[in-house]
Amino acid sequence: MVTQAEELYQQITGRKYAIVVSLAIAVVLMLFVDMAVGPAWLSITEILLAIWAPDSVWPATSVIVWNLRLPIALMAVVVGASLAIAGAEMQTILDNPLASPYTLGISAAAGFGAALALVLGVGIIPYGEHFIVPINAFFFAMLTCLLIYAIARKAKLSAETMVLAGIAILFLFQSATALLQYIASEQQLQAVVFWLFGNLFRTTWLKLAISTTILIVTVPVLAKDAWKLTALRLGDEKAKSLGINVERLRLKVFIWVSILTGAAVCFVGTIGFIGLAGPHIARMLVGEDQRFFLPTSALAGAVLLSAASAVSKLAIPGAILPIGIVTSFIGVPFFVSLMFKRRIGYW
Amino acid sequence: MKLQIERLLFAYDGGGPVLRDIHLEALPGEVTVIIGPNASGKSTLLKCVAGMLKPRGAIRLDGKETSGFKKDEITQWVSYLPQEKSSRAVLTVFEAVLLGRIQSLSWRVGKEDLAPALEVLEGLGIERLASRFLDELSGGQKQMVSIAQALVRQSRVLLLDEPLSGLDLRHELEILDLLREITVQRRITTVIALHDLNLAARYADKVVILKDGDVFALGEPEAVLTSQTIGAVYGVNCKVAADDGVLQITPLSSIRSKFGNCSEGNNRKMDGTVGN
Repeated sequence: MVTQAEELYQQITGRKYAIVVSLAIAVVLMLFVDMAVGPAWLSITEILLAIWAPDSVWPATSVIVWNLRLPIALMAVVVGASLAIAGAEMQTILDNPLASPYTLGISAAAGFGAALALVLGVGIIPYGEHFIVPINAFFFAMLTCLLIYAIARKAKLSAETMVLAGIAILFLFQSATALLQYIASEQQLQAVVFWLFGNLFRTTWLKLAISTTILIVTVPVLAKDAWKLTALRLGDEKAKSLGINVERLRLKVFIWVSILTGAAVCFVGTIGFIGLAGPHIARMLVGEDQRFFLPTSALAGAVLLSAASAVSKLAIPGAILPIGIVTSFIGVPFFVSLMFKRRIGYW
Repeated sequence: MKLQIERLLFAYDGGGPVLRDIHLEALPGEVTVIIGPNASGKSTLLKCVAGMLKPRGAIRLDGKETSGFKKDEITQWVSYLPQEKSSRAVLTVFEAVLLGRIQSLSWRVGKEDLAPALEVLEGLGIERLASRFLDELSGGQKQMVSIAQALVRQSRVLLLDEPLSGLDLRHELEILDLLREITVQRRITTVIALHDLNLAARYADKVVILKDGDVFALGEPEAVLTSQTIGAVYGVNCKVAADDGVLQITPLSSIRSKFGNCSEGNNRKMDGTVGN
C-alpha cells in the first residue's frame, strides 16, 4: 500500500517538478536574452565576461551591463514574479479568476499616488525628492488595500465583498487620476502617462534591492501556508472544517501580497497583464497545489515580463516601448493558445 | 469518543434562535442520524459540534467541554463534512484527499499521509480516479471525494452533513454500509444529517428528530420513526411498516397541501393564471 501510494504521488508530482525546473531554466535564458538585446547588441560571452570579469571587456560594455541591462533585466524578473505571485494569491483568497493587483485597483491607486507627485508635487513624505513618486505610489497602493479590507470587514471578509470593494476603488482612483491629468500641464501630463504605461528604465540597483528584498521575505511567508491556501480553494466551509481560520488567513495573505504589489508597481508603474496571466498559466500547467502553483506563477510571470522587456527593445528599431504596452501583446497570444490547448473552462 | 450535548442554544447574528435547548448524546461505535425538515437546525448543530460556530450550552467529548479546546484540538478529534458546494479547485483527487490530513501535512508529504489517502480511496472504490482532476468528475464522484476527505483523517468523531447528496442508489447504500463498518470497527462516533427517512431507519442506531431547532424525538428508529411523529414534524401522512425487521416509510400525502383537492389548483391554467 505504502509503495503504491508513493508511486501514485510521484506520478502526480513528477511532472510538476519538471515544469518548475523547465520554467526556472527559461527564466535564466530569458534574463540573458533580455540583457543581450538593445540598441547595442551583446553576445552571451560579453555579458558573462562583463559580470564575472568586468576588466576583461571594453569599458562601455561593462557600463552597459552593470548600469543598464543587468538591473533592468533583473527588475523584469523580480517584478514579473512579484506581480504573478500577488495575482495568484489574490485569485486564491478571493476565489475569483479576475482578481489581480490591476483589477482590484491597487495599481490604479499607485498610479494616482504617482500622478499626485508628478502633477501637484504632493509627497506623502516631504523629503527624499528622488523617491517622492515611488513613495506616493506605494503609500496609495497600501491605502487601497486597507480600504478594501475595511469595506470588506463590514461584510465579514467574504471573497465577494473584497472583489466588489476592489472594483469600486479601481474606478475611484482611475477617475481621480483622470482629474489630475485634466488639470496637468502638457509636460506633467506626459510624465503621468509615461508612468502609467509602466517602464523598467527607471530601475536602479537600490530600487531593485528593495523590490527583491520584499519578494524574498514574502515568498517563505506564503509558502508556509501552502497547504492552507490549497485547502481554501475547496471553499470556505470546507477549509474551516479542516481547522483553518479562513478570515485570518485571508487577511494575512492579503496584507503580504499588498506589500509585494506595492513594492513592485511603485518603481515600474502600471503593468497589468502579468498578475492575471501568470497565475492562470501556472494553474493550467501544474494545478493549484500551492507548493507548485506559487513557484510556477512566479516563474511564469518572470518569463513573461522578461520576454516583454526584450521585445520592448526590439519592436521599433531605435526606440524602446514602455513595457506595460508590450506585456499584453506578448502575453495574450501565449495565454489564449494555452487556453485552447488545455483544460478550457478549468475555472 | 462519547459526544454529549447539553442545553445548546444558538442564533446567527441578528436572527432568531436556530437551536433551542438541545440535549443529546452520541456513543462510540454507533451511528446517530439527525433528521428533520429544512431549516430545522441540522447543519447548524453539526457546525456547533465541529467548532465552527460558538453556541451557548455545553458540548463535551469524553466529558471534556470543547469550548476550552483550541480550534486545531477540535479538528484533531472531530472530522466534519459540510454540505457539498461546487469547488473550482484545479486539484487531482489524490491531492484533494490528502488535504483531509492537513493537520499533519508538511511541505514534503510522507508515507504516513500518502498510505491512508490511497487506502480510503480504495475503501470507497474510487482509486481509479486518483489522478483525475476534480472538475472532470461527476457530482456524485465529487461527493465521494469529499467523503474520502472526511474519512482520511481517522478522527474519533465523524460528522457528515447530507453526505449522500448527488449519489445514486447503489453508492448511497455502499457509503452507508462503509460508514457503519468503520464506525463499529474503529469505535468512532458517527453523526449523520440525512433527509431520507428510510435510510435513517435502516442505518441508524439512534435517530434524532429536530423540529424548529429543538429535539422533537430521540431514540431507536423503531421508537421514534412513527407515523405520528413524522406527521407532526414533516406535515406528511405516511405509512410505517416493518419489513424483515427494517422499517419502511411510505409518504402518502401532505397534511398541509390543498393542491390535491383544491378547486383553485385544479382550475390552474397552463399560463399560471387562475380560472373561474
